Amino acid sequence: MAELFIFFDQIYRILFLLIPVLVSVAMIVWLDRRVWAFVQKRRGPNVVGPFGLFQTLADALKYIFKEIIIPASSNKVIFILAPIVTMTLALIAWAVIPFSETFVLADINVGILYLFAVSSLGVYGIIMGGWASNSKYPFLGAIRSAAQMVSYEVSIGVIIINVLLCVGSLNLSDIVLAQKDLWFVIPLFPMFIIFFISALAETNRPPFDLPEAEAELVAGYQTEYSGMMYAMFWLGEYANILLMCAMGSILFLGGWLSPIDLFPFNVIPAPIWLILKILFLFILFALIKAIVPRYRYDQLMKLGWKIFLPFSLIYVVLTASFLMYFDLLPGN
Amino acid sequence: MIAHAIVFYIFSLIAIVSAIMVTVSKNTVNSVFFLILDFISISCLFIMIGAEFLGMIMLIVYVGAVAVLFLFVVMMLNVAQQKNEWFNSSGRSSHIPVGLLVSIIIFFELIIVIGGWKYKPELLDSIAIEINTDLTNTQSLGSVIYTDYIHLFQLSGMVLLVAMIGAIVLTFRQRSGVKRQSYLKQISRDRKDGIELVDVENNKGVKIDA
Repeated sequence: MAELFIFFDQIYRILFLLIPVLVSVAMIVWLDRRVWAFVQKRRGPNVVGPFGLFQTLADALKYIFKEIIIPASSNKVIFILAPIVTMTLALIAWAVIPFSETFVLADINVGILYLFAVSSLGVYGIIMGGWASNSKYPFLGAIRSAAQMVSYEVSIGVIIINVLLCVGSLNLSDIVLAQKDLWFVIPLFPMFIIFFISALAETNRPPFDLPEAEAELVAGYQTEYSGMMYAMFWLGEYANILLMCAMGSILFLGGWLSPIDLFPFNVIPAPIWLILKILFLFILFALIKAIVPRYRYDQLMKLGWKIFLPFSLIYVVLTASFLMYFDLLPGN
Repeated sequence: MIAHAIVFYIFSLIAIVSAIMVTVSKNTVNSVFFLILDFISISCLFIMIGAEFLGMIMLIVYVGAVAVLFLFVVMMLNVAQQKNEWFNSSGRSSHIPVGLLVSIIIFFELIIVIGGWKYKPELLDSIAIEINTDLTNTQSLGSVIYTDYIHLFQLSGMVLLVAMIGAIVLTFRQRSGVKRQSYLKQISRDRKDGIELVDVENNKGVKIDA
């Protein structure tokens, strides 16, 4: 009986996390389009609901009622599996995100490794979709994105090592608590910039949206997808973007900590701070989409391997030497 | 405890079935996908016995990087078109005898190794090994690798580095006629060497790129 109770309790907690994430994905798509329109002096979606807030829900409804077309020459199992993989991977990663000191679904020892592993699996949805479509544009898009995501993961990994050197633990709550006095964005500012740019590349956002560059590849790996399956890719993509923003705010912006530990700030509940930080990073993402032109592919690879990787490696050495010299290493 | 056992058997079943499917599936790309499923279920088994660091590293390294490259190569070379000969061909395949020989040798080697494997009696009845419950797996693994055996670890790193450089050198070829972008050249161009004004004589024209 007790086990059954724990089981239902867990399910309740998972739903309590998943449904807000899904709703906020819908809202974030609206915000993305509004920011984009704002920069270009357009109005953006403003018809459905107040300020056009329900635009995404209307879009989703439209996708649900559209016919799903599966190409005759495709590998059907993998074709159907691809959007499911993308969406599942984007959602399971939220299990370890700490929203406050107590509000975390799974407070595991290797939280940051789990996040890194799940985000490195994200490439499979794209490769599977691109290959199973059995068509040229999706395949080219899939190959581009596989190379791109694997390359930028390397530099994200090295950046995470920088943060871990300062924390001495892989637990996400410990990472947040280690920033109680000083957010890591101040001592590790260059790393924050590189993390931000790598996150853009990792989530295939402009200026690094080469896998779906519409001028060259129609819509990249999504070309053959329609209806609900396309919507699932889309949902997974935005959930991944939100996840990257959450990762950035936990690693560098102090997660759920309030910026100043003084009266008007520390009354505001912790999850609100995390949400505000995620929103801040997301608005930066959206602004960059609006103002930066797309990179060329060889420049993208050059940036990842020849600039970011050596720079962040050198910064690891610097951070480690600094911590050693001033005897600041955690755990001593 | 029962739930634990059930989950364990589910994961091991998936691991074994997908390992078999890697070898028997007709399409090479499907084989790679089964290989990935195998890696994932093995890392779940690692996590279940409490080796969470190893499980995660398995996911990151094997599934996140190695299998992606596998898939990449398999898709690019278009080996997906080649069907598995074992099932399709009416004639005999020349790979089967060699493969059988190798697998029989490996099988006997495994029997020799596992047959002579004994736990030391002291190990079984004494709990002499201290387990520090304050340290996480990651910390103890780090102190073993990076403090106790740092020289061996660095040495194996050097071996990997040599292998990596070797692979790059072997596959590197200098191609002629490749146009490369040089930022330095682009930035240091100015009006003087970019533009040349020439008085063109009538009916004679002018030679460019002299």
